[in-house]
Amino acid sequence: MTVFKAFDAEDAAGIIAELKQLEGPLLPILNAFQARYGFVGEEAVRLVSAALNLSRAEVYGVVSFYHDYHQAPRGRHVLKVCRAEACQARGSDAVAEAVEKALGVTFGETTPDGQVTLEAVYCLGLCASGPSAMIDHGRLVARLTPARAEALVEEVML
Amino acid sequence: MTTRIFVPLDSAAVACGADEIADTLIREIARRGLDAVVVRNGSRGMAWLEPLVEVETIDGRVGYGPVEPDEAAALLDAGLLTGGRHSKRIGLVDEHPFLKNQTRLTFARCGITDPLSLDEYRAHGGLEGLARAIELGAEKTVAEVLESGLRGRGGAGFPTGIKWKTVADFSADRKYIVANADEGDSGTFADRMIMEGDPFCLLEGMAIAGLGTGATKGFVYLRSEYPVAIRVLGEAVEILRREKVLGPSVLGSGRAFDVEVRVGAGAYVCGEETALLDSLEGKRGQVRFKPPLPAHKGLFGKPTVINNVVTLASVPVILAKGGAFYKDFGMGRSRGTMPLQIAGNVKHGGLYEAAFGLTLGEIVDGIGGSTETGRPVRAVQVGGPLGAYFPRSLFDTPFDYEAFAAKDGLIGHAGIVVFDDSVDMMKQARFAFEFCAVESCGKCTPCRIGAVRGRETVEKVMRGERVAENLALVEDLCNTMKLGSLCALGGFTPYPVMSALTHFPEDFHGTPIREAAE
Ligand SMILES: Cc1cc2nc3c(=O)[nH]c(=O)nc-3n(C[C@H](O)[C@H](O)[C@H](O)COP(=O)(O)O)c2cc1C
Ligand code: SF4
Ligand code: FES
Ligand code: FES
Repeated sequence: MTVFKAFDAEDAAGIIAELKQLEGPLLPILNAFQARYGFVGEEAVRLVSAALNLSRAEVYGVVSFYHDYHQAPRGRHVLKVCRAEACQARGSDAVAEAVEKALGVTFGETTPDGQVTLEAVYCLGLCASGPSAMIDHGRLVARLTPARAEALVEEVML
Repeated sequence: MTTRIFVPLDSAAVACGADEIADTLIREIARRGLDAVVVRNGSRGMAWLEPLVEVETIDGRVGYGPVEPDEAAALLDAGLLTGGRHSKRIGLVDEHPFLKNQTRLTFARCGITDPLSLDEYRAHGGLEGLARAIELGAEKTVAEVLESGLRGRGGAGFPTGIKWKTVADFSADRKYIVANADEGDSGTFADRMIMEGDPFCLLEGMAIAGLGTGATKGFVYLRSEYPVAIRVLGEAVEILRREKVLGPSVLGSGRAFDVEVRVGAGAYVCGEETALLDSLEGKRGQVRFKPPLPAHKGLFGKPTVINNVVTLASVPVILAKGGAFYKDFGMGRSRGTMPLQIAGNVKHGGLYEAAFGLTLGEIVDGIGGSTETGRPVRAVQVGGPLGAYFPRSLFDTPFDYEAFAAKDGLIGHAGIVVFDDSVDMMKQARFAFEFCAVESCGKCTPCRIGAVRGRETVEKVMRGERVAENLALVEDLCNTMKLGSLCALGGFTPYPVMSALTHFPEDFHGTPIREAAE
């Protein structure tokens, strides 16, 4: 599973240098920051805006617009549970409830130990095999039941 | 000869343990000294059977599914390599009724080939369309697409040939092809499946669009919720560049076309074409006023074709077999085939490609085999979160753009989500508003504010507060959103809300809702 790196201006400048020549480089750079550091903070915004000749307000506007970007560090792991219609039809409300209970937080919150952030996601394209979830931008799970979801939470909490 | 075992790399299989199954099989094959290899294929589209493990035998491909990760070694014990008996054996996969009755044009190779083998792609008809487009030249390529009657599969159903012609006729120093792979609609996964199971097909379609319109650069805007598709499509681009299918001289034609894959950042509205373009440019994904059309002033202000993934992936077969061949399938003004995505509470869910014209009942009760829970079907949402809920009484509606519009619905990207009788339609109406509020780009008031007020008002009804008055308010709000919104997010949210109210009025009572419907 992914472990985020501590933000480091030199490292970030390296990412910018690598992606800067793309057509429309802002999202690729912000995606890389989010994936690597787990957030896109003030310093990151300052670096990007200087490198791309954009105002900080513009970059901030972009960061705040997209659900994937976060302005402050969150949990070491992110658990995204699908709350969209096809999963609802397959019992995702009960799964969501079980996950909230097992983690002791509600959607949008991080466990007090900083281990897991719980988020809603609207569809993972697994709509005939729901309820489904994604852990840390890559691991997919489907056919969840409340019991399987609890087991998953236990695993992520470790 | 080395026996080939297929274990899908498709997300739906991976989410149920396909990677573990592949690992176990590879390890056991080595340990037992067997003459076999594991191929990671796409999905056949029978989601309830995933992970579906297949083995190539003299009689054809024999399938086993759904295989649990801890059953992999036992499959080998049971004689997997020769199609041996096992409780999960489903027989010859090609003979399975779910597959046998389909008309697979766009998804012809999906699940059958190794998605990252260009040799296999060619052996199964791949690149024939592109070769023919090069032979025909730009004008006749566009004419072929026009002739096919292909309409956009992303939702709006706009004729693809006309869009291409607009861009082809508009001269500019640079033009773009953009594949809309944002696939945010709940209940849909056709784009994902083709990108994971036959990525070359999408890229070939984009190259044909490039040659046809004079565009030299393509972007795929792929949602971040699709990690497997991001990886597979990225690898496919590398392979096509290496093999000179993409690049400065497409298939040796002397014409340039290259593709870049870009990943989104989690915003449903970025599936709307102009918001998508702004997002690609590195801005907030806000909807643009039209005109100008993207075909005239699109990405970075240049003429741009923006098409859904399935639209573009349907182009190679149209070029290879001719527009007339494709047009022969379907009904009315809905020509060709549509990959139906049967999802939600359904026994046989998955992707079913068929000519337009099947009725909703045939799809849900027949192909889908009704609900998985065994309870009666009560409502079916067609066309994603902005699509209407259909009751059983409308099950005779044929799957066709116009027929669905005539019933105050839409087919959208062909997602079909089945609910049993435990569904609370008032809750679904509330969710429609809530989703719109979460995903609104904020550009216009009816959507940004209306969605929030709508949710609050439905909640009042739920609590039993002045029910009749508040329901009238909901209806009024819906009218305002429908008429006053810039794009279909605000404009179509009334579809799920009003269809729930119209077809299931009995759920909109004022007594506090119990959670008994669970
Ligand atoms: C809120 C909203 C979301 C949309 N999401 C998608 C999407 O995820 N994929 C898609 O292809 N089209 C989506 N569309 C439709 C696109 O705006 C556009 O019509 C389509 O990409 C055109 O391609 P086509 O002609 O091949 O269908 C969406 C539209 C709206 C209003
Ligand atoms: S209807 Fe909603 S999503 Fe569409 S442009 Fe208006 S505010 Fe944005
Ligand atoms: S609705 Fe949950 S994966 Fe599509
Ligand atoms: S932004 Fe459109 S009404 Fe204010």
